[in-house]
Amino acid sequence: MTGAGFLNFAAQLSLLLILLGMAVAFVRLAKGPSLADRVVALDMMTVTIISFCGVYAVFMDEPSFLDVAIVLALVGFLATVALARYAERRFELDETEQKHAKQKEQDT
Amino acid sequence: MIDVIVGLFLIAGAAFVLIAAIGIVRLPDLLTRMHASTKAGTLGALLVMVGLAFYEGSGEVVSKVVATSLFLLLTAPIAAHMIGRAHARVMQKLKDEEAADD
Repeated sequence: MTGAGFLNFAAQLSLLLILLGMAVAFVRLAKGPSLADRVVALDMMTVTIISFCGVYAVFMDEPSFLDVAIVLALVGFLATVALARYAERRFELDETEQKHAKQKEQDT
Repeated sequence: MIDVIVGLFLIAGAAFVLIAAIGIVRLPDLLTRMHASTKAGTLGALLVMVGLAFYEGSGEVVSKVVATSLFLLLTAPIAAHMIGRAHARVMQKLKDEEAADD
């Protein structure tokens, strides 16, 4: 097998493996059980898509896909941080709402 | 020769990403899942990026690869820390509520 042929085969195999990984990560995203688990799964899917872009850049010999990977890394990080903050705050908000509801009950 | 090296890097990176994804589904609780996705996933993406840098070889692409890799290495622990902290706080509050109910 020539070098170029091996590279073509390796790129296709890598694309397949990464797609499989994305599908597997999606199982965790669908199953949950907690919001934090889903955030971890989304983070994982971002990383899989970044590596997909890297392999695809080699496969198509088109380095522009690297820019996509950079932007995705930036946006993915922001999304993960925002969702983690949300997971933290949502619980606190629930708690304060419960307190307010209890106080209203006591008042009436 | 360079093609073979690039191919091996790509396969290794893709395999690590797949292993990280399997770890996310198979491991029992949130902290171990984070352990899989943060370390194995980042390593997989880095290996793919190194393969891409070997393949293109031009300064423009290599500098972009270095930037992406550094960014991934910097942000993965921060993101994991944020998720872990949120999880720990929620768990602590659940525990406190349980103790208050008793």
